[in-house]
Amino acid sequence: MEHYWQEIGALTMRWVKRLSREKFSMLFTLVQPMLFWLIFFGNLFQRAADMQVTQAPNYISFLAAGVVVMTVLNNGLAGGVDLLFDKENGFLERLMSTPIHRTSVILSRFIFVMGITSMQVLVILGVAFLFDVHPATGLLGVATILLIGMMFGVGLTAISMAMAFSVKSHGDFFSVLGFLSLPMIFLSSALVPLAAMPGWMSFLAKFNPMTWAIDAVRPLILSGWSEALPHVGMVVIVMLVFDALCLYGGAKAFRRAMG
Amino acid sequence: MDRAIAIDVNRLCKTYDSHKAVDDISFQVYAGEIFGLLGPNGAGKSTTLRTLITLLHPTSGSAAVFGHDTVREADLVRTLIGYVPQERAIDRFLTGREHLELLGALYHLSKAEAAKRIDELLTLVELNAHADRPAKTYSGGMKRKLDIACGLLPNPKILFLDEPTLGLDVQSRLRIWEYVRMLKTRGLTVVMTTNYLDEADQLCDRLAIIDGGKIKTLGSPAELKIALGGDIVSLTLKEQDRTAGLEAALKHQPAITSVRTTDKGLDIRVESPEKALPAILESANRLGCSIEFIQYNRPRLDDVFIAHTGRAITESKPEAETT
Repeated sequence: MEHYWQEIGALTMRWVKRLSREKFSMLFTLVQPMLFWLIFFGNLFQRAADMQVTQAPNYISFLAAGVVVMTVLNNGLAGGVDLLFDKENGFLERLMSTPIHRTSVILSRFIFVMGITSMQVLVILGVAFLFDVHPATGLLGVATILLIGMMFGVGLTAISMAMAFSVKSHGDFFSVLGFLSLPMIFLSSALVPLAAMPGWMSFLAKFNPMTWAIDAVRPLILSGWSEALPHVGMVVIVMLVFDALCLYGGAKAFRRAMG
Repeated sequence: MDRAIAIDVNRLCKTYDSHKAVDDISFQVYAGEIFGLLGPNGAGKSTTLRTLITLLHPTSGSAAVFGHDTVREADLVRTLIGYVPQERAIDRFLTGREHLELLGALYHLSKAEAAKRIDELLTLVELNAHADRPAKTYSGGMKRKLDIACGLLPNPKILFLDEPTLGLDVQSRLRIWEYVRMLKTRGLTVVMTTNYLDEADQLCDRLAIIDGGKIKTLGSPAELKIALGGDIVSLTLKEQDRTAGLEAALKHQPAITSVRTTDKGLDIRVESPEKALPAILESANRLGCSIEFIQYNRPRLDDVFIAHTGRAITESKPEAETT
């Protein structure tokens, strides 16, 4: 067990070191594009968005939950990229030829991606705070938002890693990534509530785990515990199923690539 | 000869879908030798190597490292081996020292133990001065040195090198060869793949020529060359019509093993050139054959390779065989 922690600690620190070596990349990781969605899109649609439809005091407070979950989505889906490069340049083989537990590399990646994502979510909530979006459920609510983000992120990162282990080239990887991410956003309640969508879109959005995550995060920010709790309970169940499926698929892809 | 066996490969097969990458191969590597797997790209040598380092599970058959099965006792095997991958498996953002520190943790060394070993290794591969620079500033040769230091960090009993000098300049190549020879004098067993004939010839105590997933021949470079049947004397004759007469005269001379007509003259395989050359010249004089050109070759590993695979190592496989 002590060995296991030593491995995971060293491997996680490697990801941290890599990020810190790229000053620009680190800056852009924290001040990432999602922030612009919040600032520009949020303020741009302030008057175009109908308060009756969004059921929120202003569009930016409505959008905050969507931007939080979009951040989780993008980070999660990109979470396997570094493993893909490790696989392509042989670094992964070098790691796997050492007497480490077979899950250490993957676990270190989960820890790193979850850590970075949580920090970004906090930055986004902080910026939203500057625009007078105060989470109605307080610090405990923020902690709950982070937890929901992590639960969603684990499954997404597992999908991303499964793809990294399965694809033939990283061109394929980025094509699939680009193809997945936008429909996931549009077919969710990130930008408009389900009730305001065309019927077929709201129908599809109900099958998107992202919708469930947003529908739990949004009342945590806008309304308060009494309205949020049922949604939080629901999203925990949805995410447990989602994560189980993704981890099962990821484990299969990993075993095939490494066996 | 009774030598300790470091690696025992027994009827190993590895199949991908319907393609047999490795097809029923068996061989042994003795402790303390430099063993080469020589073959063109796609011959199955990397697959064999990756099975030995526990990264691939055989479809059938088995491989054992110092008596430990590479599948059932994979974790134990991993503590006995060091691996230097084919690609420059370097994280360009980490420094040389950080690479070694990471591996130190993965081999579960204590900080102090790791630090001591890392200093030794950096000195050994002469990277001391560059140890704290990110690896992206390293030259190809320096990256290779770091690769080798990484492979040596666990203090392995066997070091596996996958194409150790692929794409290196001549000087770096010679330097890597020096390291490999030095490691052997320290008692390390070295297993390497290569598709360079001169590298196999210069470096390996024994080698297996692999092609199409099978071992075509195995032995020391000298043995393999001798097995071809000796040195070759090629004659170019002025008058082609006298070739047959000379061939008949030479055929049964004691130092000559075989005579073959070529389009320019004769190829004569000889056991010892000291005895054969005077006899050849004497016969040619006696029969009045004037020799335009005479060439004498020791068989090279190239000849061994061609004799066993039917083509030069640089020639690609015929289409029919690759599918």
